[in-house]
Amino acid sequence: MKEHAVLEMKNISKTFPGVRALQNVDFTLCEGEIHALMGENGAGKSTLIKVITGVYDKDNGEAYLAGHEGPVTVHSPQEAQKLGISTVYQEITLCPNLSVAENMFIGRGSGAGLNWKKMNADTNRILQSLDIPAKANQQLGSCSLAVQQMIAIARAVDMECKVLILDEPTSSLDEQEVKKLFNLMRDLKNKGVGIIFVTHFLDQVYEVCDKITVLRDGKLVGEYEIKDLPRVQLVAKMLGKEMDDLSDIKGEQGTYTSDRSEVVYEAEGLQSNAGIRPFNFHINKGEVNGFTGLLGSGRSECVRAIFGADRVLHGKVKKNGKEVHIHKPIEAMKNGIAYLPEDRKRDGIIGDLSVRENIILALQNLKGFFKPFSKSQTYKFADEYIKLLDIKTASADTPIKSLSGGNQQKVIVARWLLANPDYLILDEPTRGIDVGTKVDIQKLVLQLAAEGKSVTFISSETDEMLRTCSRLIVMRDRQVVGELSGEDLTQNKIMSTIAGGEAKS
Amino acid sequence: MSPKAKKSFQISDLFRSQMMIPVIAILLLTIFNLIIGPSFFNIRLEENNLGNAVLSGNLITILDNGSELAILAIGMTLVTAASGGQDISVGATIAIAGSAILKILCGDNPHPETMQAPIILAFLVGILAAMACGAFNGILVAYFKIQPMVATLILFTAGRSIAAWINNNELPIIKDIEFSYFGGFIPGIAVPTPFLIAVVCVIVIFLVMKFTNLGLYTQSVGINENASKLIGLNPVTIKFMTFVILGVCVAVCGLIKVSRISSINYSVIAKDIEMDAILAVALGGNALSGGKFSMAASILGAYVIQYLTTTLYRMKVPADALPAYKAVVVILLVVLSAPTVREFFSKRSKKLKTTRRGVA
Amino acid sequence: MSKKKSGGLGDRIRKMSDTNLLLTITIIVFFAMYISAIAFMGSGFLKPQTFCNILNNQAALIISACGMSIVMITGGIDISVGGVAALVSMSCAVHLDYQNGSVFTAVLIALGIGLAFGLVQGFLVAYLDIQPFIVSLAGMFFARGMTTIVNTKPFNVAHEGFKALKETRLYIPGLGSVNKKGAFVNAYVEIGVVVALVVVLVFFIVLRWTRQGRNFYAVGGSRQSALMLGINVKRTRFYSHLICSILAGIGGFVYFMHVGSGSASHAQGMEMEAIASSIIGGTMLTGGVGNVLGTLFGVLSLSTIKNIVTSAGFDKAWWTGITVAGMLCIFLVIQSVLMSWKKKAMSGGDGNS
Repeated sequence: MKEHAVLEMKNISKTFPGVRALQNVDFTLCEGEIHALMGENGAGKSTLIKVITGVYDKDNGEAYLAGHEGPVTVHSPQEAQKLGISTVYQEITLCPNLSVAENMFIGRGSGAGLNWKKMNADTNRILQSLDIPAKANQQLGSCSLAVQQMIAIARAVDMECKVLILDEPTSSLDEQEVKKLFNLMRDLKNKGVGIIFVTHFLDQVYEVCDKITVLRDGKLVGEYEIKDLPRVQLVAKMLGKEMDDLSDIKGEQGTYTSDRSEVVYEAEGLQSNAGIRPFNFHINKGEVNGFTGLLGSGRSECVRAIFGADRVLHGKVKKNGKEVHIHKPIEAMKNGIAYLPEDRKRDGIIGDLSVRENIILALQNLKGFFKPFSKSQTYKFADEYIKLLDIKTASADTPIKSLSGGNQQKVIVARWLLANPDYLILDEPTRGIDVGTKVDIQKLVLQLAAEGKSVTFISSETDEMLRTCSRLIVMRDRQVVGELSGEDLTQNKIMSTIAGGEAKS
Repeated sequence: MSPKAKKSFQISDLFRSQMMIPVIAILLLTIFNLIIGPSFFNIRLEENNLGNAVLSGNLITILDNGSELAILAIGMTLVTAASGGQDISVGATIAIAGSAILKILCGDNPHPETMQAPIILAFLVGILAAMACGAFNGILVAYFKIQPMVATLILFTAGRSIAAWINNNELPIIKDIEFSYFGGFIPGIAVPTPFLIAVVCVIVIFLVMKFTNLGLYTQSVGINENASKLIGLNPVTIKFMTFVILGVCVAVCGLIKVSRISSINYSVIAKDIEMDAILAVALGGNALSGGKFSMAASILGAYVIQYLTTTLYRMKVPADALPAYKAVVVILLVVLSAPTVREFFSKRSKKLKTTRRGVA
Repeated sequence: MSKKKSGGLGDRIRKMSDTNLLLTITIIVFFAMYISAIAFMGSGFLKPQTFCNILNNQAALIISACGMSIVMITGGIDISVGGVAALVSMSCAVHLDYQNGSVFTAVLIALGIGLAFGLVQGFLVAYLDIQPFIVSLAGMFFARGMTTIVNTKPFNVAHEGFKALKETRLYIPGLGSVNKKGAFVNAYVEIGVVVALVVVLVFFIVLRWTRQGRNFYAVGGSRQSALMLGINVKRTRFYSHLICSILAGIGGFVYFMHVGSGSASHAQGMEMEAIASSIIGGTMLTGGVGNVLGTLFGVLSLSTIKNIVTSAGFDKAWWTGITVAGMLCIFLVIQSVLMSWKKKAMSGGDGNS
């Protein structure tokens, strides 16, 4: 074990059915350092963290902890806590039905009884010292998400840990809260705690971190001192390609022209029950536009409102100039709108059904309950799209869940292409899939637009949006704050609009 | 892909298919019964007390008595697939449907000399009653999102009371022989009527599955409700529909059950049948947590259960003790199909293979 | 914001913890019911003995329902409690009369049966991750089947020691009423009531003030989160089923003490009443919310309404079943609606802030 290292992972491998999530990854964390773990979605960051904290058993490799002779095997999060590894996850992993104080202290300490008085007093002290606006005896579920996240962090901090893992803790925090968190992190660092920090925000990485480890497609790319790795290079390492690779797609964008005269879809004052402000939106024939904004800014909620996936509260909607009523997905589908959801696993694939059935479902539902396609017809459809989109599957009858992420996504795309919509909404179609498929999908989007279809494209990766979209709607705090097109379509402009300030007027 | 390759793939697929579980169960039971004594399988043509030549023997008993279960298994499979839970009120709702049928047939007098209404009318009322029960369960499950088994627990307890209430707790008796045809034999046909009814039901459901998207929709709702919503399906309607379909199946069973004895015993009719129906679905290799299903395997599963019951009777197991034995079978089945157990075994077999390879 | 008053009340309800909110509703329902019983059904309900009789009749149910609540708080369910109670009463009856056993060994048998069911069901649910409903459904049928295997015919127990125990009455000093002859009669409770109240007290303390108790809530609230918070989820679920089945065993013995006979048809529908009582008592079917004190009130409410229904002239046997089912149905729907309303109010508040 290296000097000053508090945690050392060697040769870690982990395989899930159909996916090699980690392959021979090394990772070292020293005491008193903040170490950024970077990578695209699906690069294996979360898997690595779950291996460290004992949620997953690793298939291969060894882990060493300071103060422990020989390799350590962590079987459960409980064990990890005992060994001094605390974790704050991206999704809040607290119990909403318990009080704040209980969430701070449950699963810790020993003895059979509980001292509520002491627990509440301690909790109030911690909450106060961290400026968290909550009371110890409040039910956690009644706090806002950001406060819940702060409480999760407070819990992790309060445990005398040697390793603190923060897995995208900032996605639901505002600027002030992030600042508070960073101060806290620096304090802990000075006390000798090793911190693993996972985030999507590059600014934050360069603000607090000392070292960066980059993962890509489950493999280790390398470990770098922060000063040795400029941003551009970091992005290139994460994407696994030099900037030149991307230029060929960009070239195609130049040829694209949109027919401004024909508005395909138009919404006025649209609002759903998902907590977004009413917004106006339109898209032209052959146009590719997109919603951008931070995670949780409401971009997905907007497209869900367009598709009728959430309950639409009010708003006037016109399709091809005619006023239509779209309150349910089926109504949107009948009006030629298709929606590829953000969370593929939760909202997209129907895991146990075959690739064939997954492909035909949307069209079948449009056709009607009493008019099933013949089996041979469905095979024809499936084979056609498997070939067209180059879906790698053993056969059309393979369950979709045994395909890789990228191929699953292609099946969902095929499902909607088969339904032949004239307006396609793609929410994070490139998330968690391999680079090759990403490029395929981006190309496909542009090709569809060239054929005269309209596409709304959402991606967490701004450069992907810049490459495909000709107009961007910028969201912040669940409302539309700006629209960019033409020369305004630059990384900087988008960032400044998202951050607020001049764009607010 | 050449056609030949495709075919061989399908055959190997068959061996891994769900049908294997009930088929193996049938083989095991058959071997067991052959060892005990092959007279079990004798089939005779006898004259019954009405003077009709009818088939009799243990196998016929299985086909006869297993019919209600097979019909129930159809509905239960759909409910299981769509909602990931089971309806445990089927026994009680059979009592309700049966009671309603008798009420219509008897009119005001519990022991009428002739039937007071045509059987078809009574049957339709029975269907309506059972569909109403199904709709009640369906609303609780689909709309209020209550776990199916808890929602159906309501009718599970109240059902028999309601059934008794319908007929004011009297025991109506139908003296007309015509009514007993449904649970017995139609003159001139040697095969028991319940089996014929079951066959009709099976044909109907397969036609329905062929000419509608019932199967595809229930499966997709059961596997991933969120995704199903986003392709325009309405999970609430589909779940509701499966419970109503189960209601129809229940009504058919109710007719057969009351026809068998031309009367009803509220606390005994279709007792513990919910357990058998769930068992049939599980034995058909269908996940009790919903999703993909095989209707044929469930129906075969139902007859396997009856086979098991008949075999247990043959071993002189008293009727009241049967549930204990079946409970053991259920537990064995769910344990063997539990993901953790499967994983354990697959790891074991993998290890075995690697060590074998190592030796070689 | 315009409707300030209703907003204020809604706000207060929103801030209340789910457990306390549902407990409050339960207690209000119970008192409302009992008062209306007094108002409409006459003064019979005013006599302390009437209330004590409810306790006497429901002691076994209180015990079983407490176990049920713990399982439900942990996010599971157990429908084998009625079957276990029947098996316990039959086994104890056979032990006492046919084998000339002692009351002490009978108690051990009751505990042993509960323990055995708890171990097996808990293991299947917690460690093999099989749906609790299926496991306990099989458990229920197994117990009912075993009861007839132990002994087919129902019979009354004639064991002397047991009869003495069964007829022990604990008079409550100072509480009672004047009978027709003008003499003051103390109200009494049976031994089972004491056991039931002790069980409620013990598990109230366990659920409120012990680590394990709070773990039940955490696991029921979110199994995934509980795991991440370092709670041994499997062991917690195992314990919940173990406790439930042992309490079902104790409840079975108390039932046996109350009726003094063994029969395969004993405790029919007890699982249903236990679930109904828990739900009426504010235990959420989805887990994480509930309280044994609420369960006690749930049992009392259920029993009161049954008394009301009976004395209102609906005295046919089937009305009981229908009443229980109806109450369960109403409270299930109330819970479902209340929680979705609360969730909506929460998310709405989020969006506006």
